Amino acid sequence: MAMNTQGRPSKPLHVFDAGAYDDTFSGSRGLDQAEPLIFERGHFDNCGVDLEEPKGLPTRLGGLDREGEIGVPGLSEPETMRHYVRLSRKNYAIDLGLYPLGSCTMKHNPRLNEKLARLPGFGDIHPLQPQSTVQGAFELIGELAHWLMTLTNTPAVAMSPKAGAHGELCGMMAIRAALDARGEKHRRRVLVPESAHGTNPATAVQCGFTVDEIPANEGGRVDMEAFKAKLGDDVAGIMLTNPNTCGLFERDIKEIADLIHEAGGYFYCDGANFNAIVGRVRPGDLGIDAMHINLHKTFSTPHGGGGPGSGPTVFSEALAPYAPVPYVKQDGETWTMVEHEDEARADGADPFGRMTAFHGNMGMFTRALSYMMSHGSDGLKQAAEDAVLNANYILARLKHVMTPAFDGTCMHEALFDDRFLKDTGVSTLDFAKAMIDEGYHPMTMYFPLVVHGAMLIEPTETESIGSLDRFCDTLEGLALAARSGETERFTAAPRHAPAKRLDETKAARNPVLRWTPPQDSAQAAE
Amino acid sequence: MRYLPLTPEDRQAMLKTVGVSSIDALFQDVPEAARLDGPVDLPRRATELEVERAFTRMARKNTAAGEVPFFVGAGAYKHHVPATVDHLIQRSEYLTSYTPYQPEISQGTLQTLFEFQTQVAALTGMDVANASMYDGSTSCAEAVLMACRITKRNRAVLSGNLHPHYAGATHTLAKYMDIDTVSQDAQPGSLDDIAASIDDETACVVVQNPDVFGKVHDLEPLANAAHAKGALLIAVFTEVVSLGLMKSPGAMDADIVVGEGQSLGVGLQFGGPYVGLFACRNDRNFIRNMPGRLAGETVDADGRRGFVLTLSTREQHIRRDKATSNICTNSGLMALAWTIHMTLLGQSGFSKLAQLNHERACELADRLSALPGVELVTDAFFNEFTLRLPKPAAGVVDALAKKDILAGVPASRLYRGGAFDDLLIVAATETNTEADLGAFESALKEVL
Repeated sequence: MAMNTQGRPSKPLHVFDAGAYDDTFSGSRGLDQAEPLIFERGHFDNCGVDLEEPKGLPTRLGGLDREGEIGVPGLSEPETMRHYVRLSRKNYAIDLGLYPLGSCTMKHNPRLNEKLARLPGFGDIHPLQPQSTVQGAFELIGELAHWLMTLTNTPAVAMSPKAGAHGELCGMMAIRAALDARGEKHRRRVLVPESAHGTNPATAVQCGFTVDEIPANEGGRVDMEAFKAKLGDDVAGIMLTNPNTCGLFERDIKEIADLIHEAGGYFYCDGANFNAIVGRVRPGDLGIDAMHINLHKTFSTPHGGGGPGSGPTVFSEALAPYAPVPYVKQDGETWTMVEHEDEARADGADPFGRMTAFHGNMGMFTRALSYMMSHGSDGLKQAAEDAVLNANYILARLKHVMTPAFDGTCMHEALFDDRFLKDTGVSTLDFAKAMIDEGYHPMTMYFPLVVHGAMLIEPTETESIGSLDRFCDTLEGLALAARSGETERFTAAPRHAPAKRLDETKAARNPVLRWTPPQDSAQAAE
Repeated sequence: MRYLPLTPEDRQAMLKTVGVSSIDALFQDVPEAARLDGPVDLPRRATELEVERAFTRMARKNTAAGEVPFFVGAGAYKHHVPATVDHLIQRSEYLTSYTPYQPEISQGTLQTLFEFQTQVAALTGMDVANASMYDGSTSCAEAVLMACRITKRNRAVLSGNLHPHYAGATHTLAKYMDIDTVSQDAQPGSLDDIAASIDDETACVVVQNPDVFGKVHDLEPLANAAHAKGALLIAVFTEVVSLGLMKSPGAMDADIVVGEGQSLGVGLQFGGPYVGLFACRNDRNFIRNMPGRLAGETVDADGRRGFVLTLSTREQHIRRDKATSNICTNSGLMALAWTIHMTLLGQSGFSKLAQLNHERACELADRLSALPGVELVTDAFFNEFTLRLPKPAAGVVDALAKKDILAGVPASRLYRGGAFDDLLIVAATETNTEADLGAFESALKEVL
């Protein structure tokens, strides 16, 4: 162990605390506590679960019994609790503060929804138990489907997609199936605005389409002349987010729908931003053929550190027959789930297939329906309006110190570019990292791609005016600091986070994707 | 409305700051024809109590697994989840955060994902694992796509004993990418003859172990047959607890291992959200072709260890139409539940849990197959086995449900065409008591 000039150890006492601070003996600093990996803390023989003793019967595994150690340690219950609680404190969360991640819709997650999803009648039922024993589950799915179809004014919805991107696949596969049924296999070109989420082009390719990008006009919306020029009899459809990723309502959307239909294509709407218009505008009235709905955005099921999501996908009359299995239907008082394609065909449908095992993310259905019923038609509309008002308030308060990407008002998110940082030596990334020091999660950065150094701020409706004012005051302070030459405040940020800036280049150049025992790494180095 | 902080006065003041006269002015870009006169035709807001009542009414119509002797499996299993797991995943910092795009304030999520990846790799006997997929079935589908990218071939051979929902999800995802997925005929109790179907155009062979009927197989001969033709072996599991007792897929030379992690930490939840596990060999070409997110180790500006999402040049938000998959949101919170449960168990608890499951299933299989006319179809199995009954299994299951025993999954629920109508797939876990086993045995005797 190295000693410093005072004769104190200059490294943490615990060598396994490789993420520890080196200016304290423990490696922790007050409430910011160093926590090793479980592999450095646990032992192979430890166990935090009391299980009854097996009888020691001979196995019947056909001789395929495991040999040797698995290589994963265990921790007692208190150690487990402490490990995960300590680590949790290194995370930002919507419950801690404003989380303005544009396009991701980080809004309050009501705990009522958690409670209801855990009722044994929903949380402890099996997807393949007899249908007569899960009538209430089918009823709930049917009720949620009714709300989604009513809010979108569409005649059908597929509930099984597991997330937004899975819903995109669902919608685009239905388009592919419809085109194939029409015998139009030459229609393989999908128009996608260059401002689109990356999932859109990735999805189109997974459905066997090619992607043709449409440029944005100066106002941040679809360039109608460019769009019209791209129409042709090889066009399968368009994938359009509305409100779009610049936070703007596509005001020509009806014309876009009409033109794509006239050209023989379909209109896929990316519903990631449905939260801006829910209860006020029904996408079915705008001429869409398919749209996924992120229950984890618009209807507030928790994001959980990166999922689970849920992406029910609504369909127009034209695409409804091609919706995937399974689906629920009601006959008098009895609900049934149609699980097989041949059953669906007997029903008059022509499903493109099955997207996943079982019936979708039921745990998200319960939460979303609880959220929707709590709000009601009036509350959902109010939520959309407040989300839009909050974003516009931020835009209005910051437009004098930061540079809005486009003129005029916005929908539920305010988009800025990096012109206000010109010649300051501060990048969008630096600005975002300085927000961390101020106690905020940064906004979405460098997206959409059509705006230089984009900063996309989505406050959501669950922020109070006081919260918005404090946020705006902070950003105003930062913007002025950047322009007054306080560069280091930004380039050295974050200074007050559990970690300093992380070396992502190193992580990608030499990927270390799992822990390995020290002796193994020593051997590898030899 | 309890979730909305703005008061009417706030709204007026804010509209003034924005410089518009009413909220309608902010929606002026909506085409006239699509503007609604009033709220949509749905009920108005409800109190917390009213919502609870409505949900309780619906929940009561369902038979919860914990209320009855319960033997339903076929891809989802009833296991006991320690209370610690559900408490921890409801901590705000995990529940209400998002994908760790800002690693400096997401080290909690990132470190747990790194630990998750290490545990998954160790259990499957593979080198690396990703940070989770939606579920087992979509992991299986994505693995086939990955194998096709690696081998630059477009044909996949699927075992007939692969869970039909997995085969369905795989077929759906592959078909529009012009990948030919060939499903063999199912053969309950044995391994369908896949090796003969592998040709020089085959990218991969997909085989489930234990298979959907519960039968355990040695995958090594199949791995050799696949490798001889330049194809990859994709090993699938739906019951992750089996890995506590069985030889790992990695030890049987699988190239990609995918499966469902639901048994640990997640609970039944009527089919989702679950957690897809995805592991593969440590080969640069494999890793670069993996779908989904990966957490990796690095250092921060002070040289302290930290974790980030890495190799994102594979992913849609960077690569767009060239991405390895369109996946964005995965199953983060379920991966957390899984890794907490695994940490509590450790390898000793995990092996013991597996042993308990296996013993329970062995006992049950013996008792049920001793009944007249009942035959055990699967001679080697883990915690799930298939019985041939003297009458259609669907009717038997319904009759037993009326006696409040959830007896398993009739094979006809998964396979159409009538060939397997007399087969019943039965799972037993550590949650089944001696009394459960006895109740099942005597009730089955009555209805046969």
